[in-house]
Amino acid sequence: MSAQCPECEGTIALAADILDGEIVPCPDCGAELEVVSLNPVVLELAPEVEEDWGE
Amino acid sequence: MLSVSIVGGSGYVGGELLRLLLGHPHVEVRQVTSERLAGQYVYSTHPNLRGRTELRYSPQSSLEPCDVLILALPHSSAAKNIEHYAGLGQAIIDCSADFRLRDPEAYSRWYGEKHPAPHWLERFVYGLPELYREQIRSTRYVSGVGCNATAINLALLPLVKAGLIDQTKPVVAEVKVGSSEAGAVANDGSHHAERSGVVRSFAPVGHRHTAEIMQAHGLENVHISITSVEMVRGALATCHVFTQGSVNERDLWRAYRAAAAEQPFLRIVHDRSGLHRHPEPKILAGSNYADIGWALDEATGRVVALCALDNLMKGAAGAAIQCLNLMHGFEETVGLEFTGLHPV
Ligand SMILES: [Zn+2]
Repeated sequence: MSAQCPECEGTIALAADILDGEIVPCPDCGAELEVVSLNPVVLELAPEVEEDWGE
Repeated sequence: MLSVSIVGGSGYVGGELLRLLLGHPHVEVRQVTSERLAGQYVYSTHPNLRGRTELRYSPQSSLEPCDVLILALPHSSAAKNIEHYAGLGQAIIDCSADFRLRDPEAYSRWYGEKHPAPHWLERFVYGLPELYREQIRSTRYVSGVGCNATAINLALLPLVKAGLIDQTKPVVAEVKVGSSEAGAVANDGSHHAERSGVVRSFAPVGHRHTAEIMQAHGLENVHISITSVEMVRGALATCHVFTQGSVNERDLWRAYRAAAAEQPFLRIVHDRSGLHRHPEPKILAGSNYADIGWALDEATGRVVALCALDNLMKGAAGAAIQCLNLMHGFEETVGLEFTGLHPV
C-alpha cells in the first residue's frame, strides 16, 4: 500500500494496518504527515513546531 | 582482471585512485609512477594504504603496456605526451584539465596557450557520466572533470534539463572548497598559519572551470567564484538562478527527480526540517555521492541550487573510476560503494 506526499509528490510506502490519525514521515522531503482518512488513504501535513537553531 | 596503471600517483588524486582501485574486484593495479619517489613504497605517501599493497613507485621509463592508463599529472604533461601514453594504454583516463574542452579555441582562451595536441580533443569524452554516460561506454579516451565544475554542473543539471533557467539573467555560482583542492605540494598559501581558519576568495572571477560549465550545459551567461574554507576535503556549490515563468516547490521536486532518476550517485537532499536539510560536503568525505538540493524564493523567482561532493572523489578520482566501470561494462557503482562517515 502506498500514498502520495501532498508536499513533494513522493511515494510513501504504508503498512497495511495503518491507523487513522497516525503520523508518517515522507522519505523524500521529511514532511510529517497525518493520516486523515482510510480507504483511500489521504495524508495531510501535520502541524510542526518551528525550529530555532539560534543562528 | 583489468590491468590498470597510474601515471603520477603520488598526489592526492593518485592516492584516491589507488585506494579505489585496490578495492576494486575487477582490477589489478600494475604500476604506479612517480619520478621523485621511484623505488619507494606507495604507502610512504599514502599512509592509509599500508598493509593493502606492496607496490612501489616506478619511473615512467619502466611503464609497461596495460589495459587502462590513468593519468594524474600536472597541467599539460598528459597532452604533450599523449601519443606515447596511447601506445601504452588500451584506454586512457586523464584526470588533468588537458582534454576536458572539445574546442581548441576555448582551451586557448581559458588556459592562455595553444593546446599541445588539438587533434586529440575530439577523441576524448568529458568524464561526467550524469551527462555523457552513453558516450563514455563506447570510448577509449575519457577526460577528468574539474571538481568545482562538477559541483556546479550537477547543481544546475536538474534546472537545465527541465528548461527552468531564465538565460537572459546571469547564473552566478559560488563554490566553497577545502584545502586538498590545492594538491599535495606545499606552497605559501598552504602553510598552516596562513591556511588554518581561512575564508579566502582565491578566484572571485576568471576561474578556468567556467569553460567546463559552459560546455556541459551550453550556458553562456554563467559566472563563478571560488572561496577556500576551513575543510580538507569537500566542495559546496551555491548557484543563484532565476527561473523563467513562475516555479513552485512541486515543479522543482519533479525537475530534481527527473534529473536524479537512474543516476546512482546523485541524491536529492531537500528536507523540510532537521539539521541536514541541505547538501553538505562534510558527510561525503571519501564517498562518490553528489548530494543536490535547492531553496526557492518564490517571490523573486530565485532558485539557490546546491551541490555538495568530495572534490577528490566525485570531483576527481571517484568520477574516473565510475568512468572506468562504464568503459569496461562493469556495474557503474563497483568499487565506489563507500557511503562516507557520520560523525566525522
Ligand atoms: Zn514528501
